[in-house]
Amino acid sequence: MGSRMKRYDVVMIGGGHNGLVAACYLQRAGLDVVVLEKNDWVGGAATSRELTPGFTYSNCSYVCSLFRPEIMRDLELPEHGLQVVAYEGGAVFTRDGDYLASYRDHDSHRREFARWSKRDAEAYDRYARDVTRQCRFIQPLLMRTAPDPFSFRPRDISELIHLARKFGEFTPSQIAQTLRFWTMSISDFLDEYFETDVIKAYLALSGIIGTALGPMSPGTAYVLLHHYMGEVDGSVGAWGYARGGMGAVSRALASSFQAWGGTIRIGADVEKVLTRNGEAAGVVLCGGEEVLGKLVVSNADVKRTFLKLVDEQDLPDTFLHRVRHFKMRGSSGKLNIALDSLPEFPALPAGSSCIRGDLHFTDSVERMERAYDDWKAGRWSADPFVDMVIPTQLDPTMAPPGKHFMSCFVQYCPPKVEGRDWTDADRDAFAETVISQIAEYSPGFRERIVHMEVRTPREIEEEVGLTEGNIFQGELTFDQLLFNRPVPGYAQYRSPVKGLYLCGSSTHPGGGVMGAPGRNAAAEILRDLRLGTKHMSQAHDVI
Amino acid sequence: MTPGLAARLAGQKHIATPRRETPFHPRLKELSETNDWYTWAGCKAPHSIFDTELEYFCIRSQAALFDISPMMKYRITGPDAERYLNRLTLRDVRKLAVGRVQYTAWCDDHGHVLDDGTLFRLDADDFRLCCQERHLPWLLDSAIGFSVTVEEETEVIAGLALQGPTSFSILQAAGFAGVDALKPFQLARFPHEDAEVTISRTGFTGDLGYELFVPVGKALSLWDRLWTAGRLHGLKAIGYDALNRARIEAGFIVANADFVTAEGALRTDRGRMPDEIGLDWLVDTEKPFFNGRDAILRARERRTLKHILVGLEIEGNIPAEHAIVYHRGKREVGLVTAAIWSPLAKRNIAIASLERPFGERIADDLCVEIYAMRELQYRKLMKRAKIVPRPFVRLDRRTFTPPGRF
Ligand SMILES: Cc1cc2nc3c(=O)[nH]c(=O)nc-3n(C[C@H](O)[C@H](O)[C@H](O)COP(=O)(O)OP(=O)(O)OC[C@H]3O[C@@H](n4cnc5c(N)ncnc54)[C@H](O)[C@@H]3O)c2cc1C
Repeated sequence: MGSRMKRYDVVMIGGGHNGLVAACYLQRAGLDVVVLEKNDWVGGAATSRELTPGFTYSNCSYVCSLFRPEIMRDLELPEHGLQVVAYEGGAVFTRDGDYLASYRDHDSHRREFARWSKRDAEAYDRYARDVTRQCRFIQPLLMRTAPDPFSFRPRDISELIHLARKFGEFTPSQIAQTLRFWTMSISDFLDEYFETDVIKAYLALSGIIGTALGPMSPGTAYVLLHHYMGEVDGSVGAWGYARGGMGAVSRALASSFQAWGGTIRIGADVEKVLTRNGEAAGVVLCGGEEVLGKLVVSNADVKRTFLKLVDEQDLPDTFLHRVRHFKMRGSSGKLNIALDSLPEFPALPAGSSCIRGDLHFTDSVERMERAYDDWKAGRWSADPFVDMVIPTQLDPTMAPPGKHFMSCFVQYCPPKVEGRDWTDADRDAFAETVISQIAEYSPGFRERIVHMEVRTPREIEEEVGLTEGNIFQGELTFDQLLFNRPVPGYAQYRSPVKGLYLCGSSTHPGGGVMGAPGRNAAAEILRDLRLGTKHMSQAHDVI
Repeated sequence: MTPGLAARLAGQKHIATPRRETPFHPRLKELSETNDWYTWAGCKAPHSIFDTELEYFCIRSQAALFDISPMMKYRITGPDAERYLNRLTLRDVRKLAVGRVQYTAWCDDHGHVLDDGTLFRLDADDFRLCCQERHLPWLLDSAIGFSVTVEEETEVIAGLALQGPTSFSILQAAGFAGVDALKPFQLARFPHEDAEVTISRTGFTGDLGYELFVPVGKALSLWDRLWTAGRLHGLKAIGYDALNRARIEAGFIVANADFVTAEGALRTDRGRMPDEIGLDWLVDTEKPFFNGRDAILRARERRTLKHILVGLEIEGNIPAEHAIVYHRGKREVGLVTAAIWSPLAKRNIAIASLERPFGERIADDLCVEIYAMRELQYRKLMKRAKIVPRPFVRLDRRTFTPPGRF
């Protein structure tokens, strides 16, 4: 081989959305980048596939708001077909036949909450204000490399000063509030604002999505923040659908990347990272083919990268120890359902927009915590909570007219069933718990089902490569954020192996279809190569 | 306490009318020529009814009827009501006699104003607090430990402001016997059909005027009673835009227009102490502890007050709404929060928030930068501004008792 073989500037392991974001920025900086994706499609957990004729699913992630608008613009994603459509509202069904809806319109929202408690209806404004304040603090940190407080390099020190200054704008009571926010449980946090169970249950959901914790576990208040800090066209906290399914994000990224001359190889499963004299030199694919590169970037999660793709002998012990103990326990499953008509929910008021948003069935925090108890015992929740959306009411591209795609995100769902591997029978039983819950509130639901894809952590790990099926490539608790994500001393996208970088959600600022890890990783790589980053926008001002 | 299922189910239909219609809406809708509505505290409210300019002159020359039903109303009752309100608000509620009304304000622990409003003492243990913003969580939380009941009654009590020189004549013509005895800030109850209407000599115009409160079921018949009586006295219905002109002339401030309320502010530096929005005179330092007291006194003592609210008289006739205020033409020292050409004073007036010491020790050499858009071109004007006392206009008829007939 040797001299005749092509050597890329950058070999990207994995074509998840973060890998593609990083690849786009690197390619645009003049580098020659190849993306190697093991699946026959790109996108990782941001994928849309047609598994039954006429229906497109958002197979994993399904709602979009975290994706940074700065990145959409830099990479010209609108020109490559990306459109994010805002939606409104949602509802929780209560067991007594009522519901609690949520609306974009401030007064309708208040009046709806006031049906349950006049006090809570007004307290919601306080709550939204406090959460928004925290988001305004965090948002600008998303698009910056987390400073390493122990390096004492001038850049880290100036970043720490930047942080301290942002913090300095806070009053002492707000600083106290911030520290509490980052460490409290979502249940305790909500108790400080609300008295009504169903309201707390509705809001608590964001605190436990993708996290192997219950609403009463400390640290879950921050998880809520992580879900709240997204925006749709500047409206913080709003959510939207990527038109055409979440895969539209990855498709637009792939198209942008290729338009700048980048190479994508699908069906290219990386088996090993090649090192020469302790430096990354390329990868070996399953089957033995070598793909050479001056640098290697991994979009796979930190465990997969360092425990599977890199030889232990190339890595220091403490580092490996930290990687092994990085928490990425699977906690979620998903049902993607093709329906031959729009399901009915008799409890909801006719004509209300809430059916176009997120629908839940769990009306108390207690029920959520009980659902978590099942997970701890190694079982899927007998009474799970479901975040259900029907995006085809706003997106006509995903199903034939009159037919619908329904996405059901389900928690909790353990990586192993009572310590043993999942079986197909387990998977079907898990799906049945969810379907029967929906059917309780939607008569005739089963009869509408045309096709269904059921995903437990087993399927998520197998297909997307997310270790243990953890949806965020690592839990989003404060011990695993900022300079601790994924490993202290290695939070700036570099690794102990020279020339090997990480760019997936395992890195700062974490999971979700956000693109920020990929963008920040590209910035660090370009810095190491002494190449300009003028084509990368800074975070939008928060004024 | 969560309401029962039946009450909640009955409430579901709110979604059919995202903008609540006030009890007077049927009359307003009928009278509205401009069909120009906005949302006030979730209610459909008129910007104007027929012509803002002419509506304004009704306030100043005849009488105007303005629907204040969307205003937040809290009923505070119980043996500790006085003590509770005395701790909540800035003024001494012990000095508020039964049948009197106090303009007041209340603060958070940092001494930042939560809202201003009017406190009606209906009886020894019975108060009504009216204001712009919603405060139920605050009012309930601060009631812990007091023997009081706090209830929001915005949707069950309808309110009307009857303002202008002939307002007294109209009330008399409508048969409210004894209304002549009402002094400013005094209230009394009058029979209306088989219910009662509370009439107070209060208002937001700086003119002779009254505010009337009735249970919603009696709203329309009260309107009709006034309307019939007003026929010979030039009574007209008006929208907010006309009222806003009158209130600026009177120098009154509006929460979340002239200052940002402490609970509403997302940016923490936006909170304002009473002394920073011209409400220093409300703070009673002699009375027992009230919320925000220590912070206010500390700021006074340490001279850490940052802002000041002033009245400005500006050269020329172009309103300076939201203009930046400069000192010596260079240094930014504040912002105009409300401004109009005053038809009554024949002056260009404004309310502005300045950064101390400007407006306090340094009061000369101020000017405002007005961007006047004229046929798609900005005319940028630098106009001299002079600090003047508020109110900008003073009307003797506001306080005469018994009031004049016009
Ligand atoms: C069920 C589910 C629901 C979710 N819902 C939402 C949501 O609604 N909104 C939201 O914002 N986020 C959601 N998330 C989270 C979000 O989707 C992920 O955090 C994000 O997509 C991760 O992107 P990534 O690029 O960092 O990594 P990944 O998407 O994990 O990409 C890694 C890529 O690397 C590839 N790969 C791995 N190993 C190899 C190898 N050896 N060789 C070659 N290729 C390899 C994988 O196939 C994959 O394509 C959800 C996730 C899941 C699983």
